[in-house]
Amino acid sequence: MFNSFKPNKIFAVTSKAPKYVLFLFIIILTIGLTEALILSPEDYKQSDVVRIMYVHVPAAWISLGIFSSLALLSIGSFIFKNKNFALIAKSLAPSGFVFNVIALVTGSIWGKPTWGTWWAWDARITSMLILALFYGMYLLAWKIYADKEQVIKVTSLIAILGVVNVPIIKFSVDWWNTLHQPASINILSTNTAIHPSMLVPLGIMTAAFALFSLLIFLMKYNTELIKVKNKGLDRL
Amino acid sequence: MYGKKVKLRFTFLALILASVILTVFLVLQSLKENVVYFQSPSEIKSLIELNKKKIRVGGMVKEQSVSINSDEVNFIITDFKNEINVVYSGSVPNLFAEGKGVVAEGFLKDKNYFTATKILAKHDENYMPPEVKEAIGDK
Repeated sequence: MFNSFKPNKIFAVTSKAPKYVLFLFIIILTIGLTEALILSPEDYKQSDVVRIMYVHVPAAWISLGIFSSLALLSIGSFIFKNKNFALIAKSLAPSGFVFNVIALVTGSIWGKPTWGTWWAWDARITSMLILALFYGMYLLAWKIYADKEQVIKVTSLIAILGVVNVPIIKFSVDWWNTLHQPASINILSTNTAIHPSMLVPLGIMTAAFALFSLLIFLMKYNTELIKVKNKGLDRL
Repeated sequence: MYGKKVKLRFTFLALILASVILTVFLVLQSLKENVVYFQSPSEIKSLIELNKKKIRVGGMVKEQSVSINSDEVNFIITDFKNEINVVYSGSVPNLFAEGKGVVAEGFLKDKNYFTATKILAKHDENYMPPEVKEAIGDK
């Protein structure tokens, strides 16, 4: 199962797709930023500071999504001994890490004018910092271990252990008293605490960031495939 | 369908994950007091002895409870069951207002009086333009 992996066929896609994704990314990002910075209204309480949310929230979502994917791919890679899953996870990780850092930094910039502090050791913020540390460990492990079998085992273990933190991040604001506000959007209900005029830029910016992650992923994955090809292997 | 090795690896991972989740859960349960960022006035009331350490109290700023004289701000934090009086000298964040969330950091004088050394405004999950806020009225 999953072993009919042909680098040449995938390479045909990954070598051409990035330029189209880049084109789409620039268009969506332009629309998103126009909506977020110019067209969308200011907030009744935070006024213009609310615009930080359009970067902060999508970045946090995508870093959580990518880490969950790392864990799922690692589980698949470990159980089915599928090296391709490990390579996909390796190529996804960098953009997840970047968005995690962006979420922490923009959160800090938002916190100063809103809460009155740059940093608070509350459950949401601390668990997000721990996620960044797991991303760091994951990326470093790929650089440190030279042995192919070993590096896949170590990185998979980091992703699988780290994913326990993901539900903690999600529910930290419901389980404990935190300075961070609870979620405004619930996927299971149509009720949202964000006005539709502010939901539009949030959605477009999320799409833009997702495209950026896809772009970086395709480029990284392409490089991994070139490495595989250079070793003269036609399958992993 | 799958080989014996695949099943073994699956069980191995499931056991690792289950034990990690259980460990993390137990650790968080026992550290609960340190995981919470602030305590509510009701939790302060139910304290058996007063702690001399710096703590944080959070809740809503009670309506019509804020009074500012010279350099001192007095207000009441409420969780709609219990209240605590707070005295603070210094400037408050922009979003500090009556009927809004607040977290005060400082020391308890007794169960009813709190001397704050730092005030943080807590933001809620609602985002809307000013016109909409006006239309639905001040709550």
